[in-house]
Amino acid sequence: MNAASILHPVLAVALAPLLPGAINRTKAFFAGRRGPPLLQAYFDLWKLFRKGATYSRTTTWIFRAGPIVNFACLLAALALVPLGRVPAPLAFAGDFILLAYLLGLGRFFTVVAALDTGSSFEGMGASREVQFATFAEPALLVGLAALARQAQDLSLSATYAGLSAAVWSHALPLLALVAVGFFVLFLAENCRIPVDDPNTHLELTMIHEVMVLDHGGVDFGFVQWAASLKLWVLGALVVGLFPPGPLGCPLADLAAGVGGLLVLAIATGAVESSLARIRLLRVPQLLVGAGVLCALGLLLTFR
Amino acid sequence: MPLEGVYLFGCVGGALVLLLGSGVGALLLGRRASRAANALGVGGAVMASAAGLAAALAALGLRFEKTATLPWSFPYGSFALGLDPLSAFFLIPTFLLCGLAAIYAVGYFRPWNGRNPGRFWLFYNALVASMALVLLARNGVLFLVAWEAMALTSFFLVIHDDAAAGVREAGWTYLVASHVGMAFLLALFFLLGRAGGSQDFAAFAAPAGSAGGLFLLALVGFGTKAGLVPFHVWLPEAHPAAPSPVSAVMSGVMIKTGIYGILRTLALVGSVPAWCAWLVLGLGVASGVYGVLFALAQRDLKRLLAYSSVENVGIVAIGVGLGLLGVCYGLPAVAALGFAGGMLHVLNHAAFKGLLFLGAGAVVHATGTRDVERLGGLLKRLPWTGAAFLAGAIAICGLPPFNGFAGEFLIYLGSFRALLASGGAGLGGVAAVVALALIGGLAIACFARAFGIVFLGEPRTAEAERGHETCATMRGPMVALAAICLALGLGAGAAVRMMEPAVAMLVGSAGAPAGAVSISWLFPVSGAAFALLVGGGALAGLRRWLLAGRPVRETVTWDCGYAAPTARMQYTAAGFAQPLTHGAEVLLRPQVESRLPEGIFPLAAAFRSETEDAARKRLFDPLFRVTANWLGRLRWLQQGRVHRYVLYVVATLVALLGWALRR
Repeated sequence: MNAASILHPVLAVALAPLLPGAINRTKAFFAGRRGPPLLQAYFDLWKLFRKGATYSRTTTWIFRAGPIVNFACLLAALALVPLGRVPAPLAFAGDFILLAYLLGLGRFFTVVAALDTGSSFEGMGASREVQFATFAEPALLVGLAALARQAQDLSLSATYAGLSAAVWSHALPLLALVAVGFFVLFLAENCRIPVDDPNTHLELTMIHEVMVLDHGGVDFGFVQWAASLKLWVLGALVVGLFPPGPLGCPLADLAAGVGGLLVLAIATGAVESSLARIRLLRVPQLLVGAGVLCALGLLLTFR
Repeated sequence: MPLEGVYLFGCVGGALVLLLGSGVGALLLGRRASRAANALGVGGAVMASAAGLAAALAALGLRFEKTATLPWSFPYGSFALGLDPLSAFFLIPTFLLCGLAAIYAVGYFRPWNGRNPGRFWLFYNALVASMALVLLARNGVLFLVAWEAMALTSFFLVIHDDAAAGVREAGWTYLVASHVGMAFLLALFFLLGRAGGSQDFAAFAAPAGSAGGLFLLALVGFGTKAGLVPFHVWLPEAHPAAPSPVSAVMSGVMIKTGIYGILRTLALVGSVPAWCAWLVLGLGVASGVYGVLFALAQRDLKRLLAYSSVENVGIVAIGVGLGLLGVCYGLPAVAALGFAGGMLHVLNHAAFKGLLFLGAGAVVHATGTRDVERLGGLLKRLPWTGAAFLAGAIAICGLPPFNGFAGEFLIYLGSFRALLASGGAGLGGVAAVVALALIGGLAIACFARAFGIVFLGEPRTAEAERGHETCATMRGPMVALAAICLALGLGAGAAVRMMEPAVAMLVGSAGAPAGAVSISWLFPVSGAAFALLVGGGALAGLRRWLLAGRPVRETVTWDCGYAAPTARMQYTAAGFAQPLTHGAEVLLRPQVESRLPEGIFPLAAAFRSETEDAARKRLFDPLFRVTANWLGRLRWLQQGRVHRYVLYVVATLVALLGWALRR
């Protein structure tokens, strides 16, 4: 652990809203539009955090706790995730299990907060969210198991620190399979196209957006910020698979990691611009496909 | 006997005497003075639980290990008792939950409506005593007698509301399943005792090469009590039928005597072949996935919880299977993690499943229905029950900061340790990881649904609308159990520290080096739990500060501008689970009756779906039908004439006499 490890979570909280900005700029570029400013997410947060609130009479304290618990879970998750060659501030055997279950706790509270409104739209979104998570969670853990077996270590930081050009050259199929699997999971868990469309305006077709329909003001600020943190956390798992050569300086490693995340955001924007959303009934197949890729990677380690 | 022995057996023996005495006393008093009978029954249960807890905690904390044989013998048996780490560990949840459920029962059954409360207290206290005796017995015959007493007392508690035909039917299923399991245990103890020459556990010996076969007998016999698939069929029938405090005790601790039996058999027969480890792991995976899928499809809240017990016993079995795998493949860390995780999950499940059944009981008490589709909006009407149920729901999903995560974390860690190994153990680890991840995702779906549909949104019916908070005697135990769930999440390391000797016994019993258990595994878990609580609190403070002085208004839920929304337009429990249950239709096979809307101005439409247990419908029902057909051919023996039966008795006696003379 070094100064960069401590700096990473702080930087992540500060810079995460850049990621949706970068995705939207890329989409605007592909569509030939000017698009919103890169810092639009910051302007939104600034506006939301100065607002009052409007609550449905149906809701209880669960609805108010949901965004906060989700945000707290993602903050805790940031302390466990390495970014490229920068190890996480906390690393121990089985830290990725905690990571997966922290994301699970955040999801649980988002879902029950949605059900708290009594709206059938939000119930529908909650139902879809838990369904997709059921397929995504095994895929994530199987992919991590493949990486752990490859590195013969059970902490995320050590697993990712061991990845280098030499490892890529002799374990290319494994890492490529897991990288594709994780990229699909990254898109699905962050509700991007082809699973969910963050720009849709029809409640019936939304997943994540519809679960937070009734949140406003400060609460919605936490929701939006948490969403960009989730992009960061899961993005770090993808970006970390592609380490640059040894840079020597921890701060340079950190900068390279942040750069990698921005590249990932641009890639996400490109995917969103070039693909259509798939039918909801096909989403489980996509996620199972990602799981199968990760499982194939795991099987390769049993040679 | 040294002083600590006097203390331990004084406490435990006192608890047993107190339980039986107060039960009988309550029955005798009940007809005339029901208040006094109630006080006697609950007082006996609570005091006995406190004494038993004192003994078990002392035995674990101070590492006492004692055996004693009372000067009282019966044919083929002796009154041999023992308190070793394994027994003491299982005694803790037993006494803890039974004491709290007894307090809850006082409020739950009031006003008794003219029934004799003594009947309940006799069977309840006897059930607690027999469970304790099962855990303490060190003689095969004594064990089987206590086991049978446990089955019978719990049977009478299940049919407490015997006016309902469904309850009697569930009781029958339970009675039959108990005794089928018992048959396997009789064979097991007979074989063990014959080789050792005595029914005392100390003399038991497994004949060479028979360890696998004996373990198989134990797995079927004890697995039936534990609720492992496919022997679980009685569980989703009996648990919803029983009164809620009894369901809590049965699901929280009674089925764990099955797990205890499996672990005790392991300690008795020594090392088992590797296929036993694979079998336990396989049954665990099957039970876990099967249980949670069926739980997801239920609309009866208590039946849902019963299926979730099948799931959690599956998780425990995955832990035990990993432990065995570690022993068989010479991986002591995997063995220690597997056994420790499985046992920690036993303790944790007692806390959160007990809590959830008590919460379900409070819902039934307040609204009169167990049907989740008829509930809704109860968090506003039962704020304490709702908050406690939420704590239980988070814990049972294995999410931090509650206790469920600690046990699952150890089992996960064991599976990943196994996964790093090469060859067979590695594949076992892969199976366990995939199963645990799948179960985890489905459990979140299941309990987000259970909590969300029952407690959140608007009430769907008038019964739910009229719901009211429960009395203090029911609230107290639920809040206490929620606090225990949180405390065990924060201090999981302490619990692991306590069970260290028991785990060392299981790991060491098969020749692997002991002392592989380490509480440092759980420091990160406790740290994360603390960090979540502190961070969540700080964020709540930040939110409050941000909202201070700003306008906060109340309005209706966003309804897309629709003018007349009703509570019935909310998402239903069936609808919430449909994407997942539809995907698992091959297994679930729900029976659907529907009348679709027809015509341009459709009037009536109906939809109804019911999910029967697959193992019951496709395995046991045909099996029992065939058996009944075969046995029906012997029906001519039963004539209903007394002199015919006297003839049978005489013939049997003569045959026995001849057999005895020939020897």
